[in-house]
Amino acid sequence: MIKKIQSFTIERIEILNEKGEVDKKLFPKLSDKQVLEIYRWMCITRIFDAKAVNLQRTGRLGTYASMLGQEATIIGSAYALRKQDWLFPSFRYSGGMLLRGIPMDKLYSYWGGDERGAKPPENVNVFPLCITVGEQPLHATGFAWGLKLKKQNAVVLTDFGDGATSTGDLNEALNFAGVFQAPVIFLCQNNQYAISLPVRKQTAAKTLAQKAIAAGIKGVQVDGNDIFAVYKATQDAIADALKGRPTFIEAYTYRISDHTTSDDAAKYRNEKEVKEWQKKDPLQRVKIYLEKKKLWNEKKETELQKECEAIVDKAVKSYEAIPRAPREDIFKYTIAGGVA
Amino acid sequence: MTVLNMVEAINLALKQEMKKNKEIIILGEDVGIDGGVFRVTEGLLKLYPGRVFDTPLAESAIVGTSIGLACAGFKPVAEIQFEGFMLCAFDQIVNHAARIRNRSRGRFTCPMVIRSPIGGGIKALEHHSDSPETYYIHTPGIKVVIPSTPYDAKGLMISAMRDPDPVIFFEPKRLYRAIKQEVPDKEYNIPLGKARMVQEGTDVTVISYGATVRECEQAAELLKGHVSIEIIDLRTLSPLDTETIIKSVKKTGRVVIAHEAQRTLGMAAEIATRIQEQALLYLKAPIERVTGYDIIVPLPKLEDYYFVDEKRIAEAIEKVMNF
Repeated sequence: MIKKIQSFTIERIEILNEKGEVDKKLFPKLSDKQVLEIYRWMCITRIFDAKAVNLQRTGRLGTYASMLGQEATIIGSAYALRKQDWLFPSFRYSGGMLLRGIPMDKLYSYWGGDERGAKPPENVNVFPLCITVGEQPLHATGFAWGLKLKKQNAVVLTDFGDGATSTGDLNEALNFAGVFQAPVIFLCQNNQYAISLPVRKQTAAKTLAQKAIAAGIKGVQVDGNDIFAVYKATQDAIADALKGRPTFIEAYTYRISDHTTSDDAAKYRNEKEVKEWQKKDPLQRVKIYLEKKKLWNEKKETELQKECEAIVDKAVKSYEAIPRAPREDIFKYTIAGGVA
Repeated sequence: MTVLNMVEAINLALKQEMKKNKEIIILGEDVGIDGGVFRVTEGLLKLYPGRVFDTPLAESAIVGTSIGLACAGFKPVAEIQFEGFMLCAFDQIVNHAARIRNRSRGRFTCPMVIRSPIGGGIKALEHHSDSPETYYIHTPGIKVVIPSTPYDAKGLMISAMRDPDPVIFFEPKRLYRAIKQEVPDKEYNIPLGKARMVQEGTDVTVISYGATVRECEQAAELLKGHVSIEIIDLRTLSPLDTETIIKSVKKTGRVVIAHEAQRTLGMAAEIATRIQEQALLYLKAPIERVTGYDIIVPLPKLEDYYFVDEKRIAEAIEKVMNF
């Protein structure tokens, strides 16, 4: 006799389409004011990002990982977090770090190669970003477990790319989160490439969300270029996390830029594919949505662009004015009291 | 005072410090109901329910989640069942535990202890008899401790749990039940980074740590009345107590360094270098190293060929005496 003892399905959430139309039934509780705020953060992210690439090209910043095309995934998830929640970011989540309170000049200084830029201000619940792929989700899980042991009403969100889903550490994190019912949200930014490797060569699994299934936790896919879908999935995940149920969110998106400023994506993917994805631009969708609701027009758009550019320019000026740390600085933080 | 072996002494340290510090939690494979495969955490789950966790079998996750727990304000004491399995967590130790303080410029720190048995001599399987301390000593940002007596084990463990940074606490597994010693019932600590003068002497300084300290004492016994031997037990390998070493070398002028770990880039190499930097002109003979060979540690039938025994140490002492 053969009995079916388990089966699973993976749901995909889509709310806002490319024409700016929304699924009213699924639309999360967001006021117009909040949507405008979200759109502003998406614009800040895009301009911060473009400026970073620019600064790198002119020798004023180090290697940088662009978020272009992934703004809905990043801002939608970060915006859903509450004041008391925590973020354990990857290296492709700068916009979310800014939203959560990391000062922009500090973030530029980190990407400019200054470790002082990685120190989050005391009242900001953000960890320094993690360079090694798929490894900080374990810290996020441990931290979330700690919050739970301390009976705090807070969750942890950690993000990573599609490549991370192949690592042992990520899978160990999912498993521990399930076993210890840690209030943690795993946000997978499936941007289709781990440097040059496309997702289809990363795994034989049809979705990345199903990576959650083996760990006994919930997995869901969202349109990662749809700010409302990402926001809703994150909000749902927060509610579940607080009940001890972690979630794995696969945000299905696309990396329009190169992997980093040291990469040339033209070597491994064709321009046609990129163009197709440019049509799904996450900012454009929100803009059309706002225009349809008569909340937006070209004048406001121009004003917002100007405002964001001014914010970014000011941060760059401040970053470039930070004096180099003295030599003794490098010995200070190896262990408590520093190294002689 | 109670006569305890090393397992009981570490167990007592954990018990007492857990009572005092509510932030201490214990996690690892089989550390709860089973009390650990060597029984070091025996009884702790019953005493402190909700603070002792049996984890899934994943060393990287044990250390990785400990990092998160430590940053959240806990003091995790993680057990890695055998030193060979610790390499699965090597990345989390070296890339993260050791670096969180520096990476965040002190905003976040990792006060945690990683306990693991170390060394051979219990007739176990492959990966159960290694001495990998050099990997960790070479890594800035973590401390490495290895006791050689029950008394030291208790005092050092208490200090490790009070340290603001990650501490790797290696427990020489062949000493677990081999030595019994009077251990104070009250809590006490032995500062990290301070060596122990095992015995004083004037002719030669013998430096060792962990299980090999015993063989050094036996070698001194063999040469008793013939050579005046000073024995130093390092107790902490990182940071190293260079001061105690140099002071002794300046007195004796002859040095033998003994350890079970392989020779190349072993602890002895670093100690010898520091001695030549700081006390070259006091030396009356080249420094002798008595170490494991640069081979894979043999399985039980041949492992005695590998070990540093008291005869090899005594020979090295005679060699520096007769130079």
